[in-house]
Amino acid sequence: MSTFISSPHTLFTNNVTRIMLLVVAALIPGIAAHIYFFGIGIVINSIICIVTALLCEAGMLKLRDRPLWPFLTDGSAIVTALLIAIGLPSLFPMWLAIIATAFAIIIAKHLYGGLGNNPFNPAMVGYVLLLIAFPKDMTLWLAPHAAGPAVDFVSTLQFNILGQLPVIAHFDAITMATPLDTVKTELGTGLTVSQIVTNHPHLADAMFGKGWDIINLLFLLGGIGLLYKRVITWRIPVSMLITIAIFASIAYASNNTLHASPLFHLLGGATMLGAFFIATDPVTASTTPRGQLIYGCGIGIFTYLIRNYGSYPDGVAFAVLLMNLAAPTIDYYTRPRVFGHHPGTSS
Amino acid sequence: MSIPRKLWRIHGGLHLPGHKAESMQQPITDAPVPPELILPLQQHIGNVATPIVNVGDRVLKNQIIARAEGYVSVPIHASSSGTVIAIEPRVIPHPSHLTDTCIVIATDGKDEATPVAAVLSDYRQMDPAELRNRIRDAGIVGLGGAGFPAFIKLNPGPQLKIHTLILNGAECEPYITCDAMLMQEQPRAILDGLRIMQHALHAQRCIIGIEDNKPAALQALQAALHTDEHTLIEIVAVPTLYPAGGEKQLIKTLTGLEVPSHQLPASVGVICHNVATAYSIAQAISHQQPLIERIVTVAGPAIPKACNYRVRLGTPMKYLIEHTGASPSLPARLIMGGPMMGFAINDLQTPVIKTTNCLLALTSQELPKTQFELPCIRCGECARACPAQLLPQQLFWHAHAKDFDKIQDFNLFDCIECGCCSYVCPSHIPLVQYYRFAKTEIWAKEREKSKSDIARQRHEFHLQRLERKKREDEERKRKKKEMLDKVTQTDSAADAKKAAIAAALQRAQAKKATQASPQNVEHLSEQQRQQIDEIDKRRANPSTVASQPGKDNES
Repeated sequence: MSTFISSPHTLFTNNVTRIMLLVVAALIPGIAAHIYFFGIGIVINSIICIVTALLCEAGMLKLRDRPLWPFLTDGSAIVTALLIAIGLPSLFPMWLAIIATAFAIIIAKHLYGGLGNNPFNPAMVGYVLLLIAFPKDMTLWLAPHAAGPAVDFVSTLQFNILGQLPVIAHFDAITMATPLDTVKTELGTGLTVSQIVTNHPHLADAMFGKGWDIINLLFLLGGIGLLYKRVITWRIPVSMLITIAIFASIAYASNNTLHASPLFHLLGGATMLGAFFIATDPVTASTTPRGQLIYGCGIGIFTYLIRNYGSYPDGVAFAVLLMNLAAPTIDYYTRPRVFGHHPGTSS
Repeated sequence: MSIPRKLWRIHGGLHLPGHKAESMQQPITDAPVPPELILPLQQHIGNVATPIVNVGDRVLKNQIIARAEGYVSVPIHASSSGTVIAIEPRVIPHPSHLTDTCIVIATDGKDEATPVAAVLSDYRQMDPAELRNRIRDAGIVGLGGAGFPAFIKLNPGPQLKIHTLILNGAECEPYITCDAMLMQEQPRAILDGLRIMQHALHAQRCIIGIEDNKPAALQALQAALHTDEHTLIEIVAVPTLYPAGGEKQLIKTLTGLEVPSHQLPASVGVICHNVATAYSIAQAISHQQPLIERIVTVAGPAIPKACNYRVRLGTPMKYLIEHTGASPSLPARLIMGGPMMGFAINDLQTPVIKTTNCLLALTSQELPKTQFELPCIRCGECARACPAQLLPQQLFWHAHAKDFDKIQDFNLFDCIECGCCSYVCPSHIPLVQYYRFAKTEIWAKEREKSKSDIARQRHEFHLQRLERKKREDEERKRKKKEMLDKVTQTDSAADAKKAAIAAALQRAQAKKATQASPQNVEHLSEQQRQQIDEIDKRRANPSTVASQPGKDNES
C-alpha cells in the first residue's frame, strides 16, 4: 500500500472519530434533561460504562493484536457505553452496568471482529442482557423531578457504587415505574386509559408522561443536529417514527380507551433515542436507501408490537436486534439500480 | 440564444474545492522547446506505433517518426527538428512507473518544419472517410483523458445513427484549467473542430457542456458562435459537481440518456469528444498541423506560479516544472492529471505525452499524514457519493475477501474510478485502490483462463492427433496383418489337407488292422469264406471313399 500510490490524492475530509464525537455531542441535550428529571445517576452510570468500555476495548485489542491508539480514539466504544448508560435507571448497581458494558464490548463487538464487523448493535446486546437477566433492577426508575423527591449526588453514588440505600425513607417511595410500564401494567389489569390517568396524575401531562416527553424531544433535537451534520440520513429514523405513528394512530382511532395516543408512543420510552441514535448505527443497519426504509419500518413495527403485546414495557432494544438480524438480507434484495443498467428512456 | 436546456441530475458526486483561479491568472504561454524530446511509442490505448526512423536520422518538426500499426493506432510526429539519438526504453507516464520504448530526439533549436502540402482544407468538400484519415494521420487522440484515437470515435459504423455530438468542456477535476483556457482563447477554432466532427458524423445537433464555474469560457464560445450556428450548436452550463465531466455522466446530464453498462455512447446515438480534441482536429484539417503540442496546466501548492503552457509532446516534466520557476526537485507528490483521478509520477524525466492535461505538484500538507485505515463502518457515505450508483462498501467487502465472482455481481466494472468514495470515506480506506486491484486480478484471471483455454485446446488437439496417429497405425498394422494372414491361410489349408489325408490313412489302417485277423474263421466252409471276402471287399470300398479329402471331415 505504501509503495503504490493510488488516486485520489487528497486529504481526508471525514473520519470515524469525528462521526462518533458528533453523536456524543448530539446526545448531550437529552442527557441534560435526563439529569434534570432523574438526577445525577446517569452521569455516574455513563462514567462507569465508558471506563469499562475503554478498558474492555483495550484488553480485547491487545488480545487480538490490534493497534490500540487508532481504535481507542475512534470513539465507538464511548458511544456504545453512553447508549447503555442512558437506558439505565439512575439508581442502578454499578456491577450490573459493568457486566452489560463488558458483554457489549467483549462479546457483541470484539468476538465478532470488532469495529465494523459486529452484526448486532453492541449497546443493545448489553442492554438486552440486563433486561432479560435483571428485569427488576431495570424497572426501578426514580420518580421524575416534578413528581417526587430528588436523590442527591452522594446518595446516588452510595447506592450505585456501594449498594447502600439512600437515607430518604424507603426505596419504593422514591422510585416508580416508567409511564410505558405503568400504562402497560394497568391496561393489563383491565383499566381504561382514562382510568389509568386518574390513578396516576403525573401521567396527565397530555398523556406523554412527565419528563419523558421532554427527554424525547431533546433527543429528537440532537437527531436533527446529526441529520444537519450529515452524520445520519433521514430514512431510518423517519420510517421508524412514521411506522410507530401509523400503528399507534390506527389503534388509538379504533379504541382510545384501550390504546395510548400516538404522541405517547412517539415521545415515550426510548423512541427518539432509538430512532436517531440506535437504529442509525451504521455498522448494524441496512445501508441501501430502500433497505433503510424497510429497516426503520421493521424497527417501528417490532417496537409497537412489543410495547403492546410483549412482556416488556419498551421494545426498541429488541426491535433493533431483530432488524439487525435482517439487515444483510434486506441489503441484498434492495441493491440500487446501477448507472447504465436498464437505462431510462427520457430524452 | 437558445432556450435553456433541461438538465438531468446525476447520482452522487462531490462539491470539491476547485483551485481553478490560481492557474487562470495568465494566458496560455508557450513553453520553450527542450533540448531533448522523449516520445513514447505508446501514448494511448491500442496498438503501439512502429518507428520509421533510425538512430542518427535528422527529423523535422511535424515529420512522422512512427507509423500507426493496425486500426486502433495513430502515428507519432516529431515535435521539433533535431536528431534521433536513441530508440530505447525510458520511463513513461504510467501508474506502473515502468519503462517503454521511446524515440529520443536531441533538438537543434531550429524548429524546422516539414513543408506544408498544399491540400484541400475545406472540410465541407471532404467525405467523412477522408476526414477520418486526415485526423488519424495527424496523430489525434482524445485529449481529455484516456486518449482513444479520435478518428475511431468519428466512425460509429453504418448501423449506428448519431443524433447528438457532445463536446466535453466540463473539466470537473480540481486544479485543471487547460480546457477552460483553451475555450477562452480559441473558441472559434474549437467550434470549427466541432463543425468538422459534426460533418463527419452527420450529427443533427451539437451540445457543448461546460461546468458553470467557467463563465469566461461559456461567454467566449457563445460570442464566437456564428449566427447560422445557433440552431445547430448549443452551449450549455452544467452544474459544477465532480465528476460532471465523466463521459457517461455528462451525456446523462445533457440529454437524460444513460449509456448502457459496457457499451459505448454511440449505442444511444451520442458521441462525446473533448474540447481540446476539437481544437486539434481544426488545426489538423484547416492547417495541416499534426498533434505535436498540447496545453498542460502546471499547478499545485508546490508550484509558485501556476499557469497553462503550450508544451511540445515529449518535453520532460522536469524541464517544464523548472521553467515555471519551481524547485527542480521532485515535489512531495507529482501527479499527472487531477488530484482525484491522476496518478503519481516519481521520475522527473517522464515526458509530457498526448494525454498529459495537468501536472499537479502537491506538498506534504495536501497529503494525508498517516495511511492507517480503520475498518469499514458501513456508513454508506461512499454509496451516496458514487456517480455510478454502486455500493462501494459492498465492493470493498468482496474485494477485501478476494471474492471476485461476488464483486462482479455488484457490478465492479461499472466503477469509473472517480475517487468520490475514497474521498468521503471516514475510515480512510483507499477504496479505488481495492477496486483497481480487483479489476486487475480479474483481468489476470481471464487472461490466465484464455491462456489455459488455448493450452487446453492445444492439448486436446495434440491428444486428437495422437489418437488419430494411433488409429492410423493400427489400421496400417491391421491391413498388414490381413495381408500376412492371407498368405498363412493358404499355407495352413494345404497342411490341413495333408493332415486329413494322414488321419484318414491312419483310420483306414486301424480298420484294416481290426479286420486283418477275423475271429472264428478256421471252421468255415469255402462258400462262407467267399461270402466273407465279398463282404470285406464291399466294406473296403467305402473306406477308400472315406479317405478322400472333404468327406473325411464329415465323419
